[in-house]
Amino acid sequence: MIEPVNEIERGVTRKNYLSSIAPRWCPGCGSHALFKSLTDAFAELKIPNEKLAVISGIGCSSRSPYYVESYGFHSIHGRAPAVAQGVKLANPELSVWITTGDGDALAIGGNHFTHLMRRNPNIKLILFNNEIYGLTKGQASPTSYVGQKTKTTKFGNIERPVRPLSQAISSGATFAARLADTDGAQMTRVMVEAGKHKGVSFIEVLINCVIYADGVWEQVSSKQYKPENTIRLEHGKPMLFGVSSEKGIVLEGLRPKVVKIGENGITKENILVHDIHNPNLSYILANMTFPEFPMPLGIFQQLEQPCYDDLMQDQAQSVTAKLGEGDIFKLLKSGDIWRIDENGTVHSA
Amino acid sequence: MKDTKQLESVSVRFAGDSGDGMQLVGDRFATLSAGVGNDVITFPDYPAEIRPPVGSVGGVSGYQLNLGSHVYTSGDYADVLVAMNPAAVKANLGILRKGSTILANLDAFNDKNLEKAGFTSNPLQNGELKDYNVIGVPMVAEVRNALKGTSLGAKEIERCKNFFALGLTSWLLSHPVEPTLRWLEKKFQGKPDIIDANKKAVQSGFEFGERSELLTTRYAISKPAIRKKAGCYRYVIGNSAVAFGLMTAADRAGLRLFLGSYPITPASEILQELSGYKNFPITVLQAEDEIAAIGAAIGASFAGALAATSTSGPGLALKGEFINLAVIAELPLVIIDVQRAGPSTGLPTKSEQSDLFQALWGRNGESPLPVLAANTPADCYAATIEACKVALKYMTPVMLLTDGYLAQGAQAMRIPEPDEIPKIEVAARPSSPKDWLPYQRNKQTLARSWAAAGTPGFMHRVGGLEKEENSGKYTTDPVNHQRMVELRAEKIMRVAQEIPPSEIFGDPKGKLLVLGWGSTFGAIRGAVRRLHAQGLPVAHLDLRWIHPFPPDLGAILKRFDNVLVPENNLGQLNTKLRSEYLIKTETFHKVQGRPFTSVEIEERIRKILGA
Repeated sequence: MIEPVNEIERGVTRKNYLSSIAPRWCPGCGSHALFKSLTDAFAELKIPNEKLAVISGIGCSSRSPYYVESYGFHSIHGRAPAVAQGVKLANPELSVWITTGDGDALAIGGNHFTHLMRRNPNIKLILFNNEIYGLTKGQASPTSYVGQKTKTTKFGNIERPVRPLSQAISSGATFAARLADTDGAQMTRVMVEAGKHKGVSFIEVLINCVIYADGVWEQVSSKQYKPENTIRLEHGKPMLFGVSSEKGIVLEGLRPKVVKIGENGITKENILVHDIHNPNLSYILANMTFPEFPMPLGIFQQLEQPCYDDLMQDQAQSVTAKLGEGDIFKLLKSGDIWRIDENGTVHSA
Repeated sequence: MKDTKQLESVSVRFAGDSGDGMQLVGDRFATLSAGVGNDVITFPDYPAEIRPPVGSVGGVSGYQLNLGSHVYTSGDYADVLVAMNPAAVKANLGILRKGSTILANLDAFNDKNLEKAGFTSNPLQNGELKDYNVIGVPMVAEVRNALKGTSLGAKEIERCKNFFALGLTSWLLSHPVEPTLRWLEKKFQGKPDIIDANKKAVQSGFEFGERSELLTTRYAISKPAIRKKAGCYRYVIGNSAVAFGLMTAADRAGLRLFLGSYPITPASEILQELSGYKNFPITVLQAEDEIAAIGAAIGASFAGALAATSTSGPGLALKGEFINLAVIAELPLVIIDVQRAGPSTGLPTKSEQSDLFQALWGRNGESPLPVLAANTPADCYAATIEACKVALKYMTPVMLLTDGYLAQGAQAMRIPEPDEIPKIEVAARPSSPKDWLPYQRNKQTLARSWAAAGTPGFMHRVGGLEKEENSGKYTTDPVNHQRMVELRAEKIMRVAQEIPPSEIFGDPKGKLLVLGWGSTFGAIRGAVRRLHAQGLPVAHLDLRWIHPFPPDLGAILKRFDNVLVPENNLGQLNTKLRSEYLIKTETFHKVQGRPFTSVEIEERIRKILGA
């Protein structure tokens, strides 16, 4: 039995977005924190439950729709973007969110992922990146690091990992961000921004899989290492990092470089300033990989570009304004037709 | 004085280089024939390449039409070949009947063209064509003569030769030229020079027939004895008829139409046709692949649209996993498979019926869905509406099978008046959220209700995991799983409620029933009609529904001593018939990328009947 949500209460707190099924991720899994931030963001965005559609593929990430009090579709492996686009195009009023994982979005669903970004529909995609196949119990994923030992890479992974942000940005994502599952406040804030963004939003969340890849993100998401190993991206702010913000990034030509304030005459003014509206900069940031560079976290880019569902509606409106509303029976009678009368006589029209 | 010979039907093939305008005059001639009251079925025969070498056999573009009083196919053989060059003769010798008339464009039979077509000497002169009635017509010279003094250049004048051929063919088949003259005025509106030139070309072709001593006989073609239903008519190719059927069904159901599709031969015209109607409540997504195409359609169905996806066999193979998602999510969806010859890429431009097993059983798990087939190009319209109707009423994906032959072939279709197509019943929309459950079923149809995403109060989750009966929550309960597997199968069997009594053509019982499905209809009906008229005990039943079978089928089969099942596969329907009814049937197969000819069916029937 599904209880309808009371009109007055709707959208007030995250509780309004919890279905009768409690999340069943493993205790300690980063997905719990992500889910809390996601439902907090729904509440802050005050999305009416019936206007919310959560669409997923297969994997741990993709169980999310069952836990959200909304319209939900747990589809098939890798194909959530296809289903989500159908939902959005059939009812553009819906707020459509995809929950997916590194295997789902970037291996089996790589093609759909690319084209979702390219079309730029007003759809939000949250990638739970734990660098492992969790639900199938521990095989290598396309984001597994070189050398990672898994059930299918027993002697260490020899494949270069996909860089999800580089791929999203180069495919045309107009909103792109990376977050760590250990920073709930930032996750909520960025998800709210994604929700407000008109166009496709891509959010990679670094998820710790406590069972099959425990600690893969420790160097960048733990309290201990985070200040040293990550940059918190803020639009218009210099890219400083380190325990006392003593380090920063400068650009030498097109190459980023780590510098220390005060060394070699470097001052805060020399540090690269983040600009979320600069796609060249975001691409450079997306290609900064740890440990060579600190890992940037936050919003990489946000671009204003026409979104697909709007373009489709605009085109339909302008054609309709020109031709009038279509009528199938009139359409069939247009062109080369002939008429047969009651006597069987043929008249060409 | 010229003789006039009365014929029941005649098939004409226009053939020439890709640039000779054969499709245009073929189309025009078909409309003209229909306009004088003949039945007509047409089939284009394009080269596989987009721009094949000029004058080569591979570059011959053909347009075949069959017209007369009893027309079921585009013609087994050609009775008249209009050959614009030597290659057109070479390419079509195989389909000419002995004694056929060849109207050859003499001016194109020069050494260069003969060589390109692979002739070592001129077949018009060397006796190679002695079995045919060859009439060499200097078409280009005649057109030049007729257009003397016009403002057109030499090349433009020469280009009018296809309309000369049209005029001459009109004379040969006793068709008037006036409708063509009127049509030219519309077709080339604003180009008076072209209108004038083409009109003159048509007239000079017709007059050539009148005055030339080469032509001694013209034909008068019988009109159908059964008066056609009054109304407006038009030509449709099967693929367009599918598109129009989807549009009509959406209109009658009051729903937005959503098509997710990916280009594939020979189905692409469905996607192309529907892409042209932005002023209709239609959303078309040309997806990145076959999988995304159906996925988007399923998403649109979840959000309340009448959703469809169109493809051919290789695409259907890719869609299998998503079809199953629609099966378990119990969402309405129409899947159109325009079959082509397989396996793998096979013969992409050639027709076959070999996807039946794939349509019925080509998925993991117990995956029942209704399967139906269209049997003529115009029937694609009605079959599509029927598919939509069942999908919406039973909340299920429905598979509609057509094939390359139906898809590309054209036929006159009566345009229905809006009130002739009843409103389409949509599975109940839930009215009150109180006590509503997503997988509660209608007692008669077993369909669940359809709460489209966006409807206040009915938020729910669907997906590929097994559902608990009624609540729709996911569960691994073993007993529930068996119950749901059985319920889904039973729901599809109930579609039989929608199937009207079967119409048997010929004797309702007796010696031999020829049972077919899909595009074999024309060849079988033509053969059975002729033999039955000769007094042979033979009947024809064409199956619209292959799953479920019509409720009366089992009893009908038992009334016949023999059942012959011709198929363009190795006997796929035959397998299903035998397994469901435990009867002896005889399969008859042809898998050459070409349809059966009526003659082939006739011969097989005679063999069985010993007649």
